[in-house]
Amino acid sequence: MLAGILFSLGLISLLVRRNLIFVLMSLEVMLNAAGLAFVVAGSRWHQADGQVVFMFILAMAAAEVAVGLALVLQIYRRFKSLDVDELSEMRG
Amino acid sequence: MELTFYIASAVAILSTLLMLTRMNVVHALLYLIVSLLGVAVVFYLLGAPFVAALEAIVYAGAIMVLFLFVVMMLNLGKHAADTEKQWLTPGIWIGPVLLASVLIIEVVYLSRGNTADSVAGAVGPKQVAIALFGPYLIGVELSSMLLLAGLVGAYHLGYRKAEKPEIQHDAHTHERRADASGDLVLAGTDQSARTP
Repeated sequence: MLAGILFSLGLISLLVRRNLIFVLMSLEVMLNAAGLAFVVAGSRWHQADGQVVFMFILAMAAAEVAVGLALVLQIYRRFKSLDVDELSEMRG
Repeated sequence: MELTFYIASAVAILSTLLMLTRMNVVHALLYLIVSLLGVAVVFYLLGAPFVAALEAIVYAGAIMVLFLFVVMMLNLGKHAADTEKQWLTPGIWIGPVLLASVLIIEVVYLSRGNTADSVAGAVGPKQVAIALFGPYLIGVELSSMLLLAGLVGAYHLGYRKAEKPEIQHDAHTHERRADASGDLVLAGTDQSARTP
């Protein structure tokens, strides 16, 4: 329940906010909610697997946020803006 | 027991809501830290104290400091001092401090009693470690490779080419050059030291 609420809050924030740093922060919230769901499930069935998976999520979030913030720095240097809509010229 | 869980989850949800309605990044970061701490208290209540400590240290400590560094690096303009003065006005940190003090009271209350040990589904750190370095060993290796790749990638992306240091001229270089009628005048040389 709590994990679902937190995940949906992160999703709403991801969709609503247009600042790249807010996007990354809402990604953090969503990953955290997923980890919370894993830990709750592990606690429910008396298994240690939930906490193990939470640690993997933690490592993944750390790596993701490091690369993401480096990308944010580069984008800010190129475009002088963190607005997602202004970056939409990056088409394939 | 139930009440503490509901209080902690209410704090987490409330601070997340406040986080995504802030306009300022640093205020949002403060609320996000409180939200992560609330989730850490929930972990502690669920009988996972090791994961609670990891959440508080890695998420609320390391990752948020990373965010803060980037925010500060982006804000290195001429308005940095003014905005910093504006951020430090009292009343902004009241909200996070209130929510965090609720969490602190709860943790103190929990550490007085032994409610965390009596949780039905408590999984201790020992079981987690046995599972982590037993069947999940390949996952540990893969996550270490992922962290290394993240480190190298972040370094490569954040790398700025070292610019050539500009030659700093003294303020009066041009006047002295005119005085010396075209002779080379080094910056910082005294007026009297110049040979006529």
